[in-house]
Amino acid sequence: MLVALKIKRFDPERKPAAWWSNYKLEAAPGDRVLDLLVRAKDELDGSLTFRRSCAHGICGSDAMRINGTNRLACKTLVRELGSRITVEPLLGMRVEKDLVVDMEPFLASYRSVKPYLINDEPLPADGRERRQSPAERLRFDDTTKCILCGCCTAACPVFWADGEYVGPAAIVQAHRFLFDSRDRGAGEHTAALLDMKGVWRCRTIFQCTLSCPREIKITQAIAEVKQAIVLGK
Amino acid sequence: MTQVHTFDAIIIGAGGAGLMAALHAERGTNVAVISKMYPTRSHTGTAQGGVAAPLGNMEEDRWEWYMYDTVKGGDYLVDQDAAEILARESVDAVLELEHWGLPFDRTEDGRIEQRRFGGHTRDFGKSPVMRSCKSADRTGHMILQTLYQNCIRRGIRFFDEFFVLDLILEDGIARGVAAVEIATGQTHLFLAKAVLLATGGFGRMFAVTSNAHSLSGDLVASVFRRGLPLEDMEFFQFHPTGIYKMGILLSEAARGEGGIMINGLGERFMERYAPTLLDLAPRDIISRSIDQEIRAGRGVDGKDYVYLDIRPETINRCQSAPGGKTVTAAQLEAKLPDIIEMMRVYQGIDPMKAPVPIQPTAHYAMGGIPTDCDGRVLGGSLSPVPGLFAAGECACVSVHGANRLGTNSLVDLLVFGRRSGRAMAEFCAGASPADPVAHAAEEALAELARLQRSRGPERVGALRAAMQHCMTDKVGLNRTAGGMEEALSILRDLKERYRHLGLADAGQKWNTEVLEAYELGCLLDLAEATTASALHRTESRGAHFREDFPKRDDANWLHHTLAFRAGSSGAGPVSEGIRFDRRPVSITTFQPEARVY
Repeated sequence: MLVALKIKRFDPERKPAAWWSNYKLEAAPGDRVLDLLVRAKDELDGSLTFRRSCAHGICGSDAMRINGTNRLACKTLVRELGSRITVEPLLGMRVEKDLVVDMEPFLASYRSVKPYLINDEPLPADGRERRQSPAERLRFDDTTKCILCGCCTAACPVFWADGEYVGPAAIVQAHRFLFDSRDRGAGEHTAALLDMKGVWRCRTIFQCTLSCPREIKITQAIAEVKQAIVLGK
Repeated sequence: MTQVHTFDAIIIGAGGAGLMAALHAERGTNVAVISKMYPTRSHTGTAQGGVAAPLGNMEEDRWEWYMYDTVKGGDYLVDQDAAEILARESVDAVLELEHWGLPFDRTEDGRIEQRRFGGHTRDFGKSPVMRSCKSADRTGHMILQTLYQNCIRRGIRFFDEFFVLDLILEDGIARGVAAVEIATGQTHLFLAKAVLLATGGFGRMFAVTSNAHSLSGDLVASVFRRGLPLEDMEFFQFHPTGIYKMGILLSEAARGEGGIMINGLGERFMERYAPTLLDLAPRDIISRSIDQEIRAGRGVDGKDYVYLDIRPETINRCQSAPGGKTVTAAQLEAKLPDIIEMMRVYQGIDPMKAPVPIQPTAHYAMGGIPTDCDGRVLGGSLSPVPGLFAAGECACVSVHGANRLGTNSLVDLLVFGRRSGRAMAEFCAGASPADPVAHAAEEALAELARLQRSRGPERVGALRAAMQHCMTDKVGLNRTAGGMEEALSILRDLKERYRHLGLADAGQKWNTEVLEAYELGCLLDLAEATTASALHRTESRGAHFREDFPKRDDANWLHHTLAFRAGSSGAGPVSEGIRFDRRPVSITTFQPEARVY
């Protein structure tokens, strides 16, 4: 099938304002949007710029806005979209060039929840694993799936209105440790979530949940983090 | 103006090996990690099925059995001193990850749960053993996240999205690297007492591959161009179960949980080729079996693929689940969530209801930069290159020999990442501070500038596709002298055409086009080294199968191949011919035997 691919472009070295490029490409229904971007770059315009790596939905490099929704280009197939495909950079993040946005503020929010296991108790004397039951492990399974792609945070209207908001991805990461039975650092993970930039800015809009390519129940995770803070977990 | 940074140690690559080394080198050593992507994008994150360690949590297991499996799996080209270290230290490495927070799956009594994997057996080959420690089918993701989280905790310094062009060697001593900051185009010089290369694989030389776009072996090519040897480049693993045409990996865990493969006649064809381990035989044997089925006309509909079948009714009918237990769709969905989703998304098939088309996919380089058991890179005389270390897929210790067992890539990067990090810290403690260098990276920077100015008729994408198809067709599962000689001639022609590239992007910021061109040059050099090494080895062993020499030949070939670029200089791909030397195999415990599964 012939696909009309429309891509929002921006290159401050060439023009001060953004513009649109339109390409016509022969595509198969099973092609990934990423395959089309690679072909457009290889065959039509070498200056087209985007991040990509694993190409099968795990590394989180190629989050972008595809037909109005935040998705991974490598996990979105032509057959889901039809013959008109519009690709733009994620919203709410500074565009560096074409589909590449500045992820550093997003990653700074991620780091602010101290995203690592905090437990300074002595390890088991035999040097073996800390015990954790299957039920305890399951408690935080959903939020371990996060690949830090940015789809959720860049889909959040609260984040669009105020980039200082820590955003859903950071709260997901806090959840992953707060509900790990081995973790003892609840207060440290939530310290960055308590003020006006934190978890209380969430307005339960569900945009994050809808846009997560890993299908993490993000809104639910945020609610559980709020509850943990209130109940002083 | 090039910006200059000075550290005790720099690590190139932020996958499992690089991060493990950083965490073990960091105390007392001023370390920086340089990566062309954000660390969590690294390819370690895509590893699925698990990481081996004879914890014995499910059933009896011993490191000696694991060492034996690794040696036999590698068709006796494994260095047994290294395999012993791998098998013994895997336990400690896995437990360290658990202590650092990795969310392993758990047994009812709270221990790390384990599963079966290809080629891993009890009692020296008697039957499959549950040795793979895992987190569903996203174990690599959990390893990468856990390691990076701990790097954040320790405040390790990162330079993300810096593309390293070239290693700086002066008088045979590693002095640092030259890099480009991708966002700005600014050039940077990193000077250090010690440099660790942990850049992963280079599977993008093939058309059908499980490898990420980024896996172009830039620093492996740099080492080769600097006159240092590459070891065992002819051994490239083709994983049996790649998604048809796309190459995306479907983990061996699918078969560990009971999945089987069937041909176009509906036969469980592995009964013919590996009567004991069946669908859990090592990857080289299964991939070649698939190829034989296809070439005998027994592919599905006579085409070039077979089926992977993980339907619960199939598994239950064949009693192929661990212990012959009955499985349900819900249990399989919990154990293999990501690959089941991949089959649904990319193949449009519900694997609980229908089998899925698969074909072998280029997956892993057993060969690479030769090192000792502490990551020290070995030069032409097999003596260490002062200050230069390598670990992970880019290195060749060699614990994988002619064929790597499933899960052993992760064990390799943990065990040898850790050892090389420690060795590097020790080296730095005794080394004088990094000095300024006289002619740092002028060649690499000149090559990059040349590429960026090039306005010739050739396109990066077209040359890359030609290389990839050449390698898959002529240097893939089945190799012949004639085919590989043709491949060498095609590759040399592509290198000539590479001199006449035309690039569109004249900018400095985020110029990924020029970097892709540079990567292509690296891949062309490595493709040539791979092909020439494969042509050189006139026997079949592990993943390297020669139709014209179908038998293993221990009398003449029980040694590692070392490939050198004949004339060594420059930072771009050239065809100066390749000369060969050999490295003996360490055989301490297990004498080579016929390899039967």
